[in-house]
Amino acid sequence: MVWEALTLQLGYNATLVTLGAALLGMAAGATGTFLFLGKRALVSDAISHATLPGVALAFVVMVALGGDGRALPGLLAGSALSAAVGLLCVSGLTNRTRLSEDAAIGAVLSVFFGFGIVLLTVIQSMTAGRQAGLESFLLGSTAGMLLQDAVVIAAGGAVVLLLVVLLRRPMTMVAFDREFAAGAGMNVPRIELAMMGLALAITVVGLKIVGLILIVALLIIPAVAARFWTDRVGQVVILAGLIGGTSGYIGAALSATAPALPTGPIIVLVAFGLFTLSLFAAPNRGVMAALLRHRRFRARVHVRQGLLALAQAQPIYEGLTLRLMRRRGLIRADGVATDLGRIEAARALRDERRWQVLRSDPAHEEAAASYDGLTPLDDVLTPDQLAALDSGLRPKGVS
Amino acid sequence: MMGEEFVVLSLPPMLIGIFAAVACAIPGNFLLLRRQALIGDAISHVVLPGIVVAFLLTGVVAAWPMMLGAGAASLVAVALIEAIRRLGGIEPGAAMGVVFTAMFAGGVLLLEQSDTSSVHLDVEHALYGNLESLIWLDARGWGSLLDMAALRGLPPELPRMALTLAFVTVLTWVFWRPLKLSTFDEGFARTTGLPVGAIGLGLVVVAAIAAVAAFDAVGSIIVIAMFICPPAAARMMTNGLEAQVAWSVLFAVLSAILGYVLAGYGPLWLGFDDAVSAAGMIATVSGVILALAAVFGPYRHRSGARAEHA
Repeated sequence: MVWEALTLQLGYNATLVTLGAALLGMAAGATGTFLFLGKRALVSDAISHATLPGVALAFVVMVALGGDGRALPGLLAGSALSAAVGLLCVSGLTNRTRLSEDAAIGAVLSVFFGFGIVLLTVIQSMTAGRQAGLESFLLGSTAGMLLQDAVVIAAGGAVVLLLVVLLRRPMTMVAFDREFAAGAGMNVPRIELAMMGLALAITVVGLKIVGLILIVALLIIPAVAARFWTDRVGQVVILAGLIGGTSGYIGAALSATAPALPTGPIIVLVAFGLFTLSLFAAPNRGVMAALLRHRRFRARVHVRQGLLALAQAQPIYEGLTLRLMRRRGLIRADGVATDLGRIEAARALRDERRWQVLRSDPAHEEAAASYDGLTPLDDVLTPDQLAALDSGLRPKGVS
Repeated sequence: MMGEEFVVLSLPPMLIGIFAAVACAIPGNFLLLRRQALIGDAISHVVLPGIVVAFLLTGVVAAWPMMLGAGAASLVAVALIEAIRRLGGIEPGAAMGVVFTAMFAGGVLLLEQSDTSSVHLDVEHALYGNLESLIWLDARGWGSLLDMAALRGLPPELPRMALTLAFVTVLTWVFWRPLKLSTFDEGFARTTGLPVGAIGLGLVVVAAIAAVAAFDAVGSIIVIAMFICPPAAARMMTNGLEAQVAWSVLFAVLSAILGYVLAGYGPLWLGFDDAVSAAGMIATVSGVILALAAVFGPYRHRSGARAEHA
């Protein structure tokens, strides 16, 4: 069943939803990257909650005009309008008053959402026009999705993706350094507006599938997950798009296999799974990599100190040091140095002495700065320099 | 409107609304000044998985297990946010966004997977609460306020919310100086020997307690709105912390009363039959107050920016 869903064999409708969700996820991941890099990820939370009054008002207007209150394009247009108003309120509160952006976000999201709930209860008491189903915009629902709905969603996702590709350079600059971008002659407010506009478009397009409470996850989680794998913006954008697309695809396919698997939450949980994987498994920035790095560093320190102790014929008591040195064949089980151990110990001691000389010589100030007690001096100096240094290593009364 | 019917139908929900609003607004002042305003948002999202797990474990929809579950979930969320922030080196806003959306999604999924058709437990309830249903059937007019037998029939949310409010108020009063000091100048507070980290954590815990208690009675929307809107509006009325807290309490009370009255009676005045969501209306009124303060408040500009706008 799951396999059939993943290979798009569960029928026409499920296939439509799955492909639409994948496109939406790709576009959301790529767009969200710029919000995340600009440290404004949570603005999308305000945008998404601010769509609710628009959805409700659009429904009321369409019913009042005698149409079908649930026509998706109309509802999406309404949601885009009220989300834009919400966005204006956030930037107005941030720029014109003393409130910080997070307070403005919280105020806008709660007030717009509350007002939307008021309108929903008004609609519930209206007698006309098949009102059931507006609540599905809260958490998303793909049941009974029409072909035209899926086309709207897929096309919206594709357009946003295209715009992201076109605008990637200016958006990158603004996300990283607003002042520099302004200095380079860019119209920073307009580019930020475009960034927010794209996030708004994603929110509106994703309302139907993921729902307005969880769409913010598709904008944030893929970008944060992608950031673990690479330091280059272009790669982060592509990876975030891939992670978002994969989440959308797998999530929508899984949710098509059983009735009690709501699409939006499943997509978000798949994305969160990919995030967790990235957090632990990513090379360099991941938690596992950091742990490994830490262990390797600790082992180097212990072995180095052990070798120095051997060279100066001091006893070693530390358990970990003994274990590590035994495993490397530097000492025997009874703690006596092996031949290899004696060679390495002599080398470590010589290295330490060389460093001492180097650090007391102002001529080598630059090289001395890289002293950390672990790096072999051979890695820092050329053989010629080493030879010159060694001339200062005459034994002073040491037998 | 002021007669027996009012005492039965409107007095308890109004009082609960007021207590909840004030209990959230007071810690909200400090969260706002510390730029942690969205903690309330995050907490009110993660409450959902907490109550669902509590329901799955106990099998009943009862107040205490649900509040315990919600409290545990908010602690888990705070710990997760902190862990992701530290382990991954991610900015707090994004870490928060990752955690609360994922936990909320988990809650919705659990809810859909479990058989809750026989009980009143759904996402909508968690979002808007059920303020209107908290009526006092034993009341027979204002005299019942002195009648012990009738008082026993009060909705249990009322004493619980009053207790929460008292708890929040007393804590704020007792820890006023350290709170103020560590909020405005953390470095100085640390040098005077205050446990700054513990104060910050304590504030978040108190906020979580207020949020969890309030959400059970009035739903998440009011909680988020009251954490932010009244303190934000109060911030534009004054520069003093004492005055700001006082203003925020006033705004919270005003939002609760006006919102409840408008939701319950407003549609009737306009000729409709049914009341609208009180929780939504209270949030809306608090937004209107904030908008008015943002336009007319005497201290609405950033300090230093006044001259350029004058």
